[in-house]
Amino acid sequence: MKTPTLAAPERDPQARRRATGVLLGVLVLWPMLQLAEFRPAALFESGNLKVMGGFLSAFLPPASSVEFLGLLLKATLETLAMATAGIALAFVIATPLALAMTHSLSVSRIGPGPGRWRGEAFRHGARLLLTLLRAVPELVWALLFVRALGLGPAAGVLALAITYGGMLGKVYAEILESSDTRPGRALLEAGSGRIAALAYGLLPGAAQELASYTVYRWECAVRASVVMGFVGAGGLGQLMDQSMKMLNGGEASTILLTFLLLVLLADALSAALRRLLA
Amino acid sequence: MSLSLDGIGLVHPNGQRALQRVTLAAAGGERVAIIGPSGAGKTTLLRVAAASLRPSEGRLQALAVNPWQLSARALRRLRARIGVVHQAPPIPPRLRVVTAVLAGRLGAWSAGKALASLLYPADIAGAREVLARLDLADRLFERCDRLSGGQLQRVGIARVLYQGPELLLADEPVSALDPALADAAVGQLIAQSEASGATLVASLHAVDLALKWFPRIGGMREGVVMFDVPAREVTRAMLHELYATEGAVLPTQGNDPSALAPLQTLAQVVPIARPGCR
Repeated sequence: MKTPTLAAPERDPQARRRATGVLLGVLVLWPMLQLAEFRPAALFESGNLKVMGGFLSAFLPPASSVEFLGLLLKATLETLAMATAGIALAFVIATPLALAMTHSLSVSRIGPGPGRWRGEAFRHGARLLLTLLRAVPELVWALLFVRALGLGPAAGVLALAITYGGMLGKVYAEILESSDTRPGRALLEAGSGRIAALAYGLLPGAAQELASYTVYRWECAVRASVVMGFVGAGGLGQLMDQSMKMLNGGEASTILLTFLLLVLLADALSAALRRLLA
Repeated sequence: MSLSLDGIGLVHPNGQRALQRVTLAAAGGERVAIIGPSGAGKTTLLRVAAASLRPSEGRLQALAVNPWQLSARALRRLRARIGVVHQAPPIPPRLRVVTAVLAGRLGAWSAGKALASLLYPADIAGAREVLARLDLADRLFERCDRLSGGQLQRVGIARVLYQGPELLLADEPVSALDPALADAAVGQLIAQSEASGATLVASLHAVDLALKWFPRIGGMREGVVMFDVPAREVTRAMLHELYATEGAVLPTQGNDPSALAPLQTLAQVVPIARPGCR
């Protein structure tokens, strides 16, 4: 084979590194748990159990009056619309930034060739922009936009688009880097453009992951739009807010059951998309 | 000169030296086989020639230009004129054979044409024609994950035939094929070079295959070109010195007698049977 190399060591050379990693993990985690007042036993003290039980018992039976179900349907559609529109806008923001940022579509890294530093700077710029977009929680954006646009789902859509755009972009870029990058790279090495290399080399291998992450984010957006509803961005959250304020546990539990259905729906959608792209 | 390497050296980022003062030139339409033990630097040599790896030292000319002095756009156009057959075909398993073959021209196609061809293949007849040359025309619309390793390797060759490059570089292009198919596939690479006038440089593991098809043989070992002579001047002593680290038996196609026919001169002096060796 190649020139005679040093003999392989007797022991696994990575053993010490792994042990250090485990030790560091414990050292970091322990103070975190202390800081976060992590005392699971407190949940099961008799006083606490009674309080929680009382809170939960008010949730039964779930409200099922026709009038409330009508309101619920309208709010659900509003939430779905908010989440879907938010994710669609987020996708539009995320895709170009992810393609700009991902290493697996970089032509200048081959070699490395001309424009390497410019490409590197461009990628860092895209990464920074994505970080800024997702650093501010969607709730804060929603509070801001509710002041600008008034009460209603429009504020929620914008808030979702910005924060989720940042998340989608970062994860898209990383999925494209962690799936098999050789087909895309081989195409770039044969003079193909970046869009073509993406479509012929990377997407066939990464489409499933990308689709399931996008649907998962849509599911998160449904939940997030509920939280934003509490600050006046409409939908199920606003309805939930009203029910809680009126101490109407039955309505709250019907709304929670609706969430469950929505999450199940997202799960089925994701599974179907994965099957389609398999 | 269609390809010219002058004193090329390459040190990988991990400090390992892969090429040392390699000098090799091929005129337009010339056909050269590179042989040598594994780890000799054959793949690195071809990657340097393909403008995929930037050499650490020395002068490189591919299709009469130095790729690393070109602008990004000109480099991309140059790469579209160089075709590389990879040892492990860089083809996503979910791609259909027709798409995998048509991807050969992505360097020449616009992004719009590339994307439209994913909806409906732009040149079914062209893909069918090159696949027929490799005896795979019946697999046109099959998905690549339904193919055997040998069939996939031939799809990789078909892609480069479809590309129609002016400089054709093949890295162990038939390593997964049985002797009869390997012979036919190398024959097709030669035929492509003859028909289009493309320069062909191929690394081959099987010495008999190289001697049968190529008028010129380069021998590499430990990153150095040991000899570069017409095929008829290759002697047993040269081969044994080249493969000294791999033992007394020279790597050939295996014990298929038909593959040995052109080795009349070597047959008595080279112990050829080495079953299981590619």
